[in-house]
Amino acid sequence: MNGDTEVAAQAAIELIAVARHFGEVTALQDLTMTVSPGEVVALLGHNGAGKTTTVRLVAGLLAPDEGTVRVRGLDPAVDGPAVRRRLGVLPAAPVVDDRLTGAANLRFAADVFQVPTEGLNARITRALETYDLAERGNERVAGYSTGMRQRLALARVLLPDPEILLLDEPTSALDPVAARQVRRSLTALARERDRTIVLCTHDLAEAEQLADRVIVLEHGRVVADGSPAALAARHGVGGIRLEVAIDHLGVARRHLGALAAGEVETEPGGRLRATGVAREMVPHLVRRLSDDGVAVYELRRLEPTLEDVYLAIHDRERPPSPTPSRGTPSRATSSPNVGSISGPDVGGQR
Amino acid sequence: MNRRGVVAVARRDLSVAMGSKAVVLPAVIVPVVLLVLLPGLAGIAASFIDAASIGDLEVLLDALPASAVAGMSPDPALLAAELVVVYLLAPMVLLVPVMFAAVIAADGMAGETERGTLEGLLLTPLTDREIVTAKLLAAWVPATVVGLVGGGLYAVVANLTVGTQVGRLVLPTAEFSVMVLWAGPTFAAASLAAVSLVSVRVKTTQEAFQLGGVVVLPVIALLVSQATGALLLSVWLLVVAGVVALGIAAGLLAVGARSLSRTRMGERLG
Repeated sequence: MNGDTEVAAQAAIELIAVARHFGEVTALQDLTMTVSPGEVVALLGHNGAGKTTTVRLVAGLLAPDEGTVRVRGLDPAVDGPAVRRRLGVLPAAPVVDDRLTGAANLRFAADVFQVPTEGLNARITRALETYDLAERGNERVAGYSTGMRQRLALARVLLPDPEILLLDEPTSALDPVAARQVRRSLTALARERDRTIVLCTHDLAEAEQLADRVIVLEHGRVVADGSPAALAARHGVGGIRLEVAIDHLGVARRHLGALAAGEVETEPGGRLRATGVAREMVPHLVRRLSDDGVAVYELRRLEPTLEDVYLAIHDRERPPSPTPSRGTPSRATSSPNVGSISGPDVGGQR
Repeated sequence: MNRRGVVAVARRDLSVAMGSKAVVLPAVIVPVVLLVLLPGLAGIAASFIDAASIGDLEVLLDALPASAVAGMSPDPALLAAELVVVYLLAPMVLLVPVMFAAVIAADGMAGETERGTLEGLLLTPLTDREIVTAKLLAAWVPATVVGLVGGGLYAVVANLTVGTQVGRLVLPTAEFSVMVLWAGPTFAAASLAAVSLVSVRVKTTQEAFQLGGVVVLPVIALLVSQATGALLLSVWLLVVAGVVALGIAAGLLAVGARSLSRTRMGERLG
């Protein structure tokens, strides 16, 4: 096996049993995850779940207390410059220099990453144009809006054409049009140029749209890992929309409530909508409705979204405080169809 | 070494520092006052000094070697003016590079933290050593240039105001040359090493500059020592002081290497 083949076979990013503490606070514990070359992975988790610490460990800005971190087989703590040359990291706060112009920020990145000088000016101009900054490229960044800074930061990260991208909330400060442009650009990088992308995001629709695989962190460890579809199937948190005769609404609601892990809502026009109904529960529902002579006009299964999946996982890891006044049992205690995910729930990878 | 990257960081730091009034004002005003106005006033004042005032300089006069005194003007007023520009004020050329280095070094890491650019710098492929080298260059090169230019200006003004009156060049002396060419740059190195270590531990440039300001105290002590005749800054003393300053700079950087490491700085990120 020659060197190139070895590199190609290596995981883009690999963390094995990593722990990281900050004083008394445990940021990561026994964190194991792998990202393959060319894969787009969304790293989900609430604030403080360990996403930023993970990114900093991968970039060599922090050393693990325990465990192993590898980027294309290299240890960031030992081979930091070689690792960072392969990485393009967009931190949560845009790291552009306010006192330099937009173009000077890009030139600075080009110099430190040793981007070839031949054609560099054209490359910088193109980057500014791509991110709609060409007209103000020679102005100081101090006068830029938050969205402009975010676009410049992204242009700066992408200018050296890194092999692996670690992007923390890349579209959070952008307007919908700019966000769509960035998503298209990331999709193109992944599909056409085979770049590896790790996306830390709170935007679950974005993660669902872009990611091949989703990793959910809670309290510094992986609690779920799989493709959005696989996780949705495993956690079975889809829903049902049911249209029945108005007179039968009460009966239908009772049956639906008995089977649904989530809430049952009444919609206009004799429709009921329930969340947390596993696919295998649908035949039971149909039988009960039929036995009671309920006139069913429409029964549609609603596929679970990544948001449903994430919230289900989140609620099971961190059960919400009981709210007796509303009388709604939490999903964590009432779900008949979702197994425990207290251990890492891994599978369904591409 | 990633020279292009090191130069880029140093150039950016310098460009950012030069865009700051807090840096530019002291960088321009202090050298002008210390190295142009003061020697200029000393020369003009010679016309108004009476013979009695030379008594105040007798301590310094006694400390000077006989050969140095022999060449000086017998006119008490001109003698006083020459003593002032050649011995009393000349060590100011040490103060300027030390202060300038301290100001820029204070902006080094603390400025990055303040501006939120530290993480971006740490995410570059530059090694820890390259980042520190760039930071030191960004402070040391301009400090040395300012010291050299300031020393040259000081000599020109001293010769124009005093030299023209005594009929010869009063500067540069051997001591003055060593001060400008050797002691200034080495003292600046020690100054920026000390302030860099402070800068990496605090969050604002202001804090770094306030804490790092103490680096001028040893230079002021030298100035006072020479002015009172307690310690004459001879060539050898200046050479040795420069070597000691370089040793201090190297020692501080070696001791502080851990603080300047990427992972240590990474822990300080928010």
